[in-house]
Amino acid sequence: MAKLKGVGMAAVNYPTGMNLGGDPSQALIHSTTTGNFVISLSSTDLGQGLKTVIAQIGAEVLGVPFDNVLIDTADTDTGPHCMGTFASRATHRVGNAVIQAAEEARKIMLEVAADELEISPDDLETDGQGNIRVKGSPEKSINIVDLALAAHFKYGRTISGRGMYMKPKSDVDPETGKMDPDSTEAHACTVAEVEVDTETGEVTVFSLKSAYEIGRQVNPALVEGQIRGGSVMGMAHVLYETTHPYYPEVDHLPTGFSDYVLPGPWELPEVESVVLEYPSVNGPYGVKGLGEMTANSPIPAIANAITDAIGVRITEIPITPEKILRALEEKENVSN
Amino acid sequence: MSERTLNVVGKSVPRRDGMGHVTGKTVFVNDIRFPDMLYLKMVRSSVPHAKILNVDFSAAEKVPGYVRALTHEDVPKNIYTILTLIGVGPDEEYVLAEDKVRYIGEPIAAVLAETEEAAMEAAAQVRLELEELPAVFDVEEALKPGAPILKEWGTNYFVYEGHHCRRVRFGDVEQGFNEADFIVEDRYQTSPIEHAPSETTGCIAKPEADGRITIFSNTQALFFTLDNAAIILQVPFQKLHLVGGTVGGGFGGKVDVIVEPISALAAMKTNRPVKYVFSRQEEMQASSSRGAWRMYFKDGVTKDGRIVARKITTYADAGAYNRHTPYAVTKHAANIAGPYRIPNVWIDAHCVYTNKQPGSAMRGFGVTPASFALEMQMDKIAKVVGMDPWEIRFLNAYRDGDMKPHQKVVEDATLIEVMQAAAQLVGHDLPENLMQMKSGNGKEA
Repeated sequence: MAKLKGVGMAAVNYPTGMNLGGDPSQALIHSTTTGNFVISLSSTDLGQGLKTVIAQIGAEVLGVPFDNVLIDTADTDTGPHCMGTFASRATHRVGNAVIQAAEEARKIMLEVAADELEISPDDLETDGQGNIRVKGSPEKSINIVDLALAAHFKYGRTISGRGMYMKPKSDVDPETGKMDPDSTEAHACTVAEVEVDTETGEVTVFSLKSAYEIGRQVNPALVEGQIRGGSVMGMAHVLYETTHPYYPEVDHLPTGFSDYVLPGPWELPEVESVVLEYPSVNGPYGVKGLGEMTANSPIPAIANAITDAIGVRITEIPITPEKILRALEEKENVSN
Repeated sequence: MSERTLNVVGKSVPRRDGMGHVTGKTVFVNDIRFPDMLYLKMVRSSVPHAKILNVDFSAAEKVPGYVRALTHEDVPKNIYTILTLIGVGPDEEYVLAEDKVRYIGEPIAAVLAETEEAAMEAAAQVRLELEELPAVFDVEEALKPGAPILKEWGTNYFVYEGHHCRRVRFGDVEQGFNEADFIVEDRYQTSPIEHAPSETTGCIAKPEADGRITIFSNTQALFFTLDNAAIILQVPFQKLHLVGGTVGGGFGGKVDVIVEPISALAAMKTNRPVKYVFSRQEEMQASSSRGAWRMYFKDGVTKDGRIVARKITTYADAGAYNRHTPYAVTKHAANIAGPYRIPNVWIDAHCVYTNKQPGSAMRGFGVTPASFALEMQMDKIAKVVGMDPWEIRFLNAYRDGDMKPHQKVVEDATLIEVMQAAAQLVGHDLPENLMQMKSGNGKEA
């Protein structure tokens, strides 16, 4: 009996957007009298941080502070349509819609500022700190609060914008499968280091080290959150989880987390990553979808590392201690 | 976009709802209370396949706090399919079972009561008379002649525009096998898994004074839920108002439309707010899982490691009903040949029904099993050919301008770049020729 170490790698692609497209999302922006900008959506935040990321994109285009951008979601009476938060689509689709809406609002904002400062809108710029100023003469500026008040009470103008993004639906050729399924492709490569205890069949994952290419990071801390959560979800899929322990039979279905096994703090591996940015053509600031992909590359990387460790390929997941012990037994019987 | 220096995109500003999430201040659906709220619990099948002979509510009606029950006769359009909104049909799932049940956990009747405890007790007191039918669990068994049939149309598979599976045909795979020096085959199997969100699926449907119904939901897709619920209830779309946007983990499990239609119906029937939130057991046994996939690979490879033909036959275990699996199979078919340049590809991807809890959408939607299988297969190819696992992937990696098997030109390839970066991260020395490769001409980060 021994503890055998192994290393495995896997490289994957992941498509951005609802398969075949046809999945629109909209955004509406308006400024209040107080210089806040409200982005109305019907998009949902699943815990991944969409509300934060969308406010960042809105603030960037408007050229106003992040804190001045409020997100109003999700209500089907007041928020314009969104197809939903799935398919690694939300930052890409909603982000593009917000850029379009924010550009329209920004144009009006600069027009009103131009009237107040008696200069052409083309000669104005935003400083990202809440001021619109004359290019080259930053002392000549107007604060967005004063600007919003002027727009409402002096000029009778709304500072608002509409945005929508949709990839037109692609039909599949039923004979050849010809189709245009995605907007762009993100990529990941994971290297897993494991140890297999041949006495118990247990696998310890020492580390998951990965490189991701996701176009552009809007919020690196939230990207890191997806990477950590996804890495452990992938590890759980390949080593522990099943709703059908005797698949395909339907015996012993789980009733809760006492009999449905997930990794706990003791099982967490070292997770380390680097993120590359090769901006996509059609994503907001070059964004590609990240969320789903992070759970994928650890699965085959760990499976390949187990093969490397024990010299037997187990091609059914989860790779439980029982499967490992049976595989080792079979290997021994063959060699005898 | 103008070329401005970015102020806030690219910065790790703290997430706005983070403090609320970690201090318990964020309001989730389960935190919402109304004074006259009723609780809904489901009577479910205990067997995988059966005729329903009788449903007897007489004992349930005696439970203190019992209000009423709902059966399929109460549901205006009881048979539906979620993807009808994007043209996937036919309708085949029952909001509440009619003459048969097809999986353990299938909803048969909804019970409404004044308290959650009373609803649970009353649901437990409903007497079911079920006549068990032969069941089929294995995807390949389900396609054999003589297998128990789940679908009214007489087969156990979804029909893709006249075909029994989603096909991809690219080049001439048999010609490719003839050119190959090695044939590398294997079978890969994944297991169904649970989304395991912190917050289980749930909603509250509340009748308003103006006759509309507000549904507080943790759905991942509000309008998708609104549209499907209105169709099932046969009410004008403007009657429903969905409120949500804060979800305690979705992972695809909350793209189904399961709790909202029946809750809204119950609210309409009783004119009281109705809460229906899955228990953890329901979340695991009755809500969708990530379906299992079985995948057979046959690859033709030359002595120098080039994959010249790839033939793949796969079976998605949809469980008893469509949910999102027919669509997942198409996405699977577009991705299972992998991020590699292969001149001849043949794919048959089947969506198969078995007597199991339905599979549906989950993080990685049809691609997760594909990546698992094909990346194990790449290591096997490397071993057969006698090459390094890294080198075999570099050699076959797709580049910008290549044609994918589904006849889309590659334009955002960076497989080579992530492999180079990962090798550097772990200190794995790659030969200079591999470190010099690029996915596209002049591609720069």
